[in-house]
Amino acid sequence: MIALIGLVVGALVGLFLEPTVPAVLQPYLPIAVVAALDALFGGLRALLDGVFDDRVFVISFLSNVVVAALIVFLGDQLGVGTQLSTAVVVVLGIRIFSNAAAIRRHLLKA
Amino acid sequence: MPPDHLQRQAEPRSAWRTLARSFAPSGSRGQVITGLLCALLGFALVVQVQANRSEGLSSLRQDELVRILDEVTRRAEELQTQVTDLRAQRTELVTGSDTERAAREAAAARAEVQGILAGELPAVGPGVELIIREPDQPIPAPVLYNVLEELRNAGAEAIQVGDQRLTASSYFIDTPDGVQVDGVLLSPPYRWLAIGDPDTVTTALSIPGGALAAVRNAGGSTDLSSRDEVQVTAVRVVERPRYATPAPAVEGG
Repeated sequence: MIALIGLVVGALVGLFLEPTVPAVLQPYLPIAVVAALDALFGGLRALLDGVFDDRVFVISFLSNVVVAALIVFLGDQLGVGTQLSTAVVVVLGIRIFSNAAAIRRHLLKA
Repeated sequence: MPPDHLQRQAEPRSAWRTLARSFAPSGSRGQVITGLLCALLGFALVVQVQANRSEGLSSLRQDELVRILDEVTRRAEELQTQVTDLRAQRTELVTGSDTERAAREAAAARAEVQGILAGELPAVGPGVELIIREPDQPIPAPVLYNVLEELRNAGAEAIQVGDQRLTASSYFIDTPDGVQVDGVLLSPPYRWLAIGDPDTVTTALSIPGGALAAVRNAGGSTDLSSRDEVQVTAVRVVERPRYATPAPAVEGG
């Protein structure tokens, strides 16, 4: 419940503050958001599997975000930033889908 | 928490219950941290969505910007080429219509000139009026024809005698009733109208031993006067040539 409240509170803060994204972070923020979504779904799945651990969740969340941003940064330096960010999004998207499927099997038995 | 997991694992249909229990606010460390991270995620999500919605080009990468710039430049060049083409086409069309109009005007002018020369159109201009009377004896046709020839030689451009327009194919012929012109009987006095340079025509007709002298020798009297404006109103219908067709145009013709 606190997680949901946190999500809503964060969204509201973002809505009201309307901060501008720093130019340095602009290419990495969308990737980071997708990586965090992946971590969130992974955590939900672990919760339903009964193996949820808050330490693991925090570490996976942060490392997901950092690694995704790092990959994109590296791609930018190599000149393949666009392609690499596409690749990251695809991989994270696949993971989100598989996690969502596992969650669905848990909750709906289907 | 681990013991809870094991317990929940044992119950087969407890997924919803697991969810509900986990979501129940307990103030444990895990829930607080998870809430914080979720808040961070929601914040980043909203910020990114808004940035994506509000900002156009500024959030793009350098190579994307270069690509867009290239596309815009190429598109602009294409449009510029198109503009040049269309301008050239327009100029061509304007010139073409000008040329066409000039040709049409020239053709109309030529038609007028040829209509006057062929006797199809009434004409007006400076010229002379000549009245030939025959008091006692008829004037023979060759004498009258001589007058016509003399007028032509003097450069008269449109001639009529009586109500008859005289053209290149006109003829005079003696008949028992009198002189016929182009098949129409003429009755004296013969009134000639000729458009041309009045001085030249007058001089040409009055040459000693010339056309008027011949008329007087034949017993006629002449009355020649120059006019600033002579109206040659008689016209002749020109029939299409039956046998002659225009020869193929010669270069420059």
